Amino acid sequence: MIHKFTFDGANIVLDVNSGAVHVFDDLAAGLLEELPITPEGRVEFPPGKAGRPAEAQAEIEGLVREGLLFSPEPLPRGYHPADRGITKALCLHLAHDCNLRCRYCFAGQGHFGGPRGLMSVETGKKALDLLLSRSGPRRRVEVDFFGGEPLLNLGVLKELVRYGRDKAVALGKEIKFTVTTNALLLTPAVGDYLNREQLSAVLSLDGRPEIHDRMRPFPGGAGSYRQALENAARFVESRAGADYYVRGTFTRYNLDFAADVLHLAGLGFNRVSLEPVVAGPEDDYSFREEDLPRLLSEYEVLTRELLTLYRRGRPLDYFHFNIDLAGGPCLAKRLSGCGAGYEYLAVTPEGSIYPCHQFVGRPGFSMGNVRSGLQEGPIAQQFQQAHVYNKDDCRSCWAKFLCSGGCHANAVSFNNSLVQPYRTGCVITRKRLECALYLKAAVAGIITW
Amino acid sequence: MGKHIKTLNRGSLQSTVKDDGCGQCQTSCQSACKTSCTVGNQVCERESSK
Repeated sequence: MIHKFTFDGANIVLDVNSGAVHVFDDLAAGLLEELPITPEGRVEFPPGKAGRPAEAQAEIEGLVREGLLFSPEPLPRGYHPADRGITKALCLHLAHDCNLRCRYCFAGQGHFGGPRGLMSVETGKKALDLLLSRSGPRRRVEVDFFGGEPLLNLGVLKELVRYGRDKAVALGKEIKFTVTTNALLLTPAVGDYLNREQLSAVLSLDGRPEIHDRMRPFPGGAGSYRQALENAARFVESRAGADYYVRGTFTRYNLDFAADVLHLAGLGFNRVSLEPVVAGPEDDYSFREEDLPRLLSEYEVLTRELLTLYRRGRPLDYFHFNIDLAGGPCLAKRLSGCGAGYEYLAVTPEGSIYPCHQFVGRPGFSMGNVRSGLQEGPIAQQFQQAHVYNKDDCRSCWAKFLCSGGCHANAVSFNNSLVQPYRTGCVITRKRLECALYLKAAVAGIITW
Repeated sequence: MGKHIKTLNRGSLQSTVKDDGCGQCQTSCQSACKTSCTVGNQVCERESSK
């Protein structure tokens, strides 16, 4: 299987099964389209070409011989992952409470539809015990302090970092901690702590002031842009721009979201992630089918803007266009994706375990409690089997080994099925991957721009 | 590099087919609420520790 697309005149070809990427001139691209392909995906080269078409065809034939074009399906008999009972990452919900009332919050303004509350030290320690005891041969495990707003529970966060580090060292392991925060409580003292303890930080900012304030108000309704920006900017400067991401959400109110990425870049943030909101049709800010063309073309706008920044010597690390073509993950990882429900779990303030943060509070997805133990059973099995080869939409998709099947929670939200991906998410992912491949080729200098 | 086709990357996926994965890599969240990512942007820890 191959995927050929054109971006600003460049013909880019991805060989899906090997991961090879090529740039074709117009002659070779035209020939490629004319080649007869057998139902098995084999290409049959016609004889009798001469001159430049013959040269181009010879190059195509060479790539096929090398396994860099029309390469074979890697697992023709499907994928059957072994159940190793290993967990390597936890999302610890330190606070089901928040000091903001973001309109699009999937967590129900912080409390996930349940009572507002903070995690106790005891519950947090039991969660870390569970993670480390189930980590098998994994050297490094990950813990994300999440919420609501996790800095509302800073004392417990500090105790858990200390406890987790000590226990991990005793086991010859390492815990990588991350905190996902709206930055409102990110005072200089808190920032110093995060720097000293080397916690990664994900900072929530949506972009332009009016965009941010519309969706991220305080409980009284006032916008949070000014305060969040002040704290985030000071904090990023204090860690010399390392080990952080500014992440934001865009909605149908800012389909021109490239302007928000550029706004953040203009403020000095050079590691930015801006996500499309996931919301149902009842929400006024959710995307409509008719928004998709505009949304996709905005990714093209952003791509050109990123190239301009690169050319000016101010490259911006836009998370969703990152792609590691040479050293990316193995096929097993590409098929299984996030590992929610078995490798990755979420723990609520009360100690309840769910497949991931997005499933917290959803009926039918409880997986026990850190006190009584993890109940793997059918839920873990279902998640482990929800891989690319078990999803009809994915098997025929060119992006399958780069995307790994999309978000389970979105699939369940929109299609009530772990194996039927969220269509809009797929369309957006494919566009982002095309932009990412084009950027790679442009920066590598093999196309002119 | 050919005259009509330039190869950006030769791909390495086929070489990992028989490997069930060491699992040392970072977890990748694909939801919109975290810094979600496609797995394609991840670095293989086995490679990076070589």
